[in-house]
Formats: sequence, structure tokens, C-alpha cells
Amino acid sequence: MRQFFTLAVLTATVASGIRLATPFLLASLGETIGQRSGVLNLGVDGIMLLGAFGAYYTALHAQNLWLAVLLGALVGALMGLITAVVSVTMKAEQGISGIGVFLFGLGLSDLLFQKFVGTPLPIDTLPTARVPLLASIPTIGKMLFQANLMVYVAFLLVPAVAFVLNRTTYGTNIKAVGENPAAADSVGVNVARVRYSTIIIGSSLAGLAGATLAIQLGIFQQNLTQGQGFIAVALVYFGAWRPSGVMAGSLLYGMVAAIVLTWKTLGIIPQSASDLAAMAPAVLTVVALVVVARRFRQPAALAKPYERGG
Amino acid sequence: MGTKLLRRSALLALVAAMAIIAAACGNNGTTSGGGGGSPSAPLKVALVAPSATNDLAFTQSMSDALNALKETENLDIAVSDNLFVVDDAASAIRTYASQGYDLVIAHGSQFGGSVEQIAPDFPDVSFAWGTAGDTFGLTNVYAYQAASDQGGYVQGVLAAGLTKSKVIGVVGPIEVGDAKLYVDGFKAGVEATDPSISVKVNYTGSFSDVGLAAEAARSFVAAKADVMTGSAQMVVGAVGVAKTNDVAWFGTQANQTSLAPSVVVASQVYHWEVVLKQVIDGINAGSLGGQTYTIDLENGGEVIEYNSDHGLPADVKAAGDAAIEGIKSGSIQTGVKE
Repeated sequence: MRQFFTLAVLTATVASGIRLATPFLLASLGETIGQRSGVLNLGVDGIMLLGAFGAYYTALHAQNLWLAVLLGALVGALMGLITAVVSVTMKAEQGISGIGVFLFGLGLSDLLFQKFVGTPLPIDTLPTARVPLLASIPTIGKMLFQANLMVYVAFLLVPAVAFVLNRTTYGTNIKAVGENPAAADSVGVNVARVRYSTIIIGSSLAGLAGATLAIQLGIFQQNLTQGQGFIAVALVYFGAWRPSGVMAGSLLYGMVAAIVLTWKTLGIIPQSASDLAAMAPAVLTVVALVVVARRFRQPAALAKPYERGG
Repeated sequence: MGTKLLRRSALLALVAAMAIIAAACGNNGTTSGGGGGSPSAPLKVALVAPSATNDLAFTQSMSDALNALKETENLDIAVSDNLFVVDDAASAIRTYASQGYDLVIAHGSQFGGSVEQIAPDFPDVSFAWGTAGDTFGLTNVYAYQAASDQGGYVQGVLAAGLTKSKVIGVVGPIEVGDAKLYVDGFKAGVEATDPSISVKVNYTGSFSDVGLAAEAARSFVAAKADVMTGSAQMVVGAVGVAKTNDVAWFGTQANQTSLAPSVVVASQVYHWEVVLKQVIDGINAGSLGGQTYTIDLENGGEVIEYNSDHGLPADVKAAGDAAIEGIKSGSIQTGVKE
């Protein structure tokens, strides 16, 4: 255990945890926005997969990582539009339709990969961006301020989303629609429009999460996300529908995963317990979810399609 | 109200159909005719595999073997890949068996239970599954396995000759099957060459989580590893980390040079055609199973393919070649037990 508590190992582990947390954070922030408006989107993982493939394919052929990131978000927005049509306009049962969107994303991303790429080809990964001055701080600088740009984008989105939700009229409308859509409707808030916008924004962030995953890894593979989108949905409950809570959940999950990986590398966790240890992030998150989330109430209209006068 | 209900039902049906079509499209069910010179009816062979036929790893090794065999044998090949869900694979195995295929290959140790259940229902069909050594006492089941510890040992010798930091990282999936054999063989090869070298092993717990494999590789880089290896299809993520950090990489199952030509030193490549030829010869002779076959360095089922662009020092390569010959002749034992 002593070898774990060295500066170099701790620094690398924290940086790894933050990197692992980033796709979760982006996706769960997006899901938070949607759920605050009363829409449960279980299709996040499928949208992440399509965003990841879109970004990967763009990077492979255009050799432009920023264009790749943009395309990942656009693919997410498009999937958000489809999800919104299904959930808001058609008023489908959100849990079932979300699973449909997930399966669609899983299958289509693999189909497109097999048809247009085939054998996995590596793409460039996002370079490390050093934050001026802060990156030079001993230890802390290397832990927190020498990451790829998408890490900073994800963490800067936390206060941005919190500001929008808590300090703007749009945020007030989102929360009103998520708590009591009939009351919001009665005072002139266009429920459908608000929900369309939150689903599209949330799905863009899911697409961005997938794109981030692909360009952090420099590769695409079938089911690249490995269910991260579902973890992201769980983290929204963990975070009690607050951006800061969602960030805490993402960091917890990423850090536990990073610590487990480092402990296995250092031999602190024996090989015989390796498979058991791999479950630790999920188990810990579920336990934390049970402890934390029960203290908070979900948006009252969550997963309930709104029908005027219904 | 009725109209709304109808509309919602229709919509749900549409979404479900969309999902099913897309999910179904995700795995390829393909057939290709035989190219052999025999005038007799082709042997109908079906491959059921957990990942893509171009995964640069486990499934590709079998797909490549079938394609290679087609050059000399009269085969009619059907492939269903990406069947990582065992129930789906079992359904495909049963379907192929019921459609009159002569040989159904269930390529994945996780498919053993399915083969054991299905094979007795089709006594005239031959089944092959691996990597495993158990035919369940059934006369129509072949098992095949890889002595991957042998190639692992050779690459361990090469890795020990290359490392300067004396730290080597190994990314594994789950500690079973040929992945475990490979990792243990690799460790034995390093140990035999230089016991002072630290070999760090990290089983991520997944055959497919590319992200975890990449982070495991990053943890090795942080621990000063300058040589890495790994087994299973999720290692593409780790190879990327090796490439970014200019860390030497050894591949297994298929040639992984194309992933990172600058750092891949060599790959242990499986040539399953060696065991498939034995299976097909057995079927043609009227024996539908009951045997276990193994690929190894001696029978040519495992080959160490060097990346000619890597610039491996001649003395290190010579040590690797000596290990190959030693294993072939029996003068070197890897000491690895399953």
C-alpha cells in the first residue's frame, strides 16, 4: 500500500479518475437538464455510441478533432430531436422508448462501423492542454490542469448548467415544466417547446460525451461505451438533479475506477480478486445512490407525458 | 382517447421495430461459397463468434483461418459475428445445425454450455468450440485450444531484452482461457530471461471495455513501464496509449501492427486452420467429434510475426528465435499450467 501513497502514483491516479469521469459528467449533465423538465431519457448510451462513431469517423477522414467533437454533438442533437418527437409530441412511454433509442444507437453505430470502417484504425487523440500558470503548480498542476480540453469543457459546464437552471428564466421554466407542467402551461410556458429544447441540449451533451470517449481513446469499437450512458442516468439520481451533485457522482465513479486500476497494477489487489474489484465502482455508486438519493425528491412530473387538460 | 392510444401503440411499435432492425443489422450474417477444387458437394461450415470478424484479435483469427482454408478445401462458409450475448449465439448455433450445416464452430469459451445442450439434438452435425479442452463426452463435439503460453513465453523473452526501465505492463481481460495462458507464459518468459524485471499484470475484468484497458495501460506508463502487452479484443485502447507514449507493444491472437506500426514489436498470430484441417479431415473420415486439438508453435498454429519496421535489436530477436526453437524441440518448457 505504501507504493500507492507516492506523489507520482497519486497524481497519475487522480488524473486518471478525472479523465474517466469526464464522459459520465457530460452525459449526466445533459440528462439532468432533461429530467429537470420532466423527461427521462434512457437512450443516453445509444446516443453516446452514435456520437462516438460520428466523431471517430470524422476524425479518421477529416483529421480534425474539433470538427469531430462538433459532429459528435450534432449527432446527439439529431438523436435528441428524434427522442423529443417520440417522448413529447407522440407522448410515448419514456422508459420503453428510451430503451428503443438505446438499442437503435447500439445497432446503428456498429452497423456503420462495420460498413464504413471495418478493421479498427487508430485516430489522433486530444493533446494535453496546460492551463497557463496553474499547470505549473507542483502536484496539483499535474493532477488538475494538464488534461485534454474536453475535461475542462465538461467541468466548466457544471457552473454553467447550474447558472442556467437557477438564475435564468429559461431555467425557471425548465423546473416549472418538470414539477407541474399544467401550472406552467397555465401561465404561458410552452411545455412542449421547453421539453424539446432540454432533450436536444441534453442529447447534444450525450453525443459530446461519446465523442470525448472516442477521441480520448483514439479508437472506436462495437459498444464502445460499455453501458456508461446508463451509469450517467443513475448519476443524475445520485446527484439529486443538481449539476454539482452530478459532478460529485461522476468523480466518485471515476476515482474509484482509477484507484481500483492502480491498485491492480501495483499488485495491492491480488489477481485472484481482480474480477471482484472491477465491480467496485458500480457497487459503491449504487450504495451511495441508495444513501444519498432517498433524501431528495425527483421532479414531480418526471417521465410523465404532458397532455393539456389530461 | 382511442385514437391517442392507437397512435402511441403504433409509435412504440415503430420504435421497437427501429431498434430491432438496427440491433439485428449490427451483427453480420454472411455466407460465402467454397473455392476448392473438389467436385463433391462443399462442406457447409458455420462460424458463430462473439466479436467482429475484423477485431484484430480473437474472432478475426478464426475468420482468417476459415478464409485461408477455403483456398484448399471445398467449403461453404456462413458467419454470424458480434454475438456477444450467449443466448443470441445459442440461437444461431441451433439455427445453423437445423439448417443442415456439417460443422458449426462456436468460437468462444462462453458458448460451451450452449454446445453441450444443443449438440445431442443434432447427432449428425459436428460442433467445434473453443478455446477449451472439453468435448463433454459427446461424439459430435470437437474442442480446440491454443497453447498461447508458448507465444507468450517467446514474447516475454523479447520484452525482457527490450526493457530499460525493468518494468513491463500486461493488460488482461478476465483471468481465464487462452488470455490467462498467454499472460502466464509471458511472465514466465520475462522471469526466465531476467528475474529482476517487474511484470505488472492488470486484469480489467472485461473482454470488451476499451476505456478500462486504456486506463490500465496509462497506469503502467505512470509506473514507468516501457514495454507492454495484452490479450483480447479490448486491447486496442491500450495499444493507443502505448503509441502515444512510445512504449513497445506485443500483440497476440492477430497481427496488431496496423494499430501502431511505430511501437508494435511482434504479435503472436493464431492460425486456427491447423486445427480446423484436423476437424474437417475427421468429419470427412466419418468422425464427428470426441477429440481436442491444440495449436502451438510446433504445429505452426501459432506464429510469432515480427514488425519489420520496428528495428528490434538483432541480439534480442536472436534470443526470441532461440526460445521458439527451444519450445519446438521441447528443451524449453513454459511451466504454465491451465
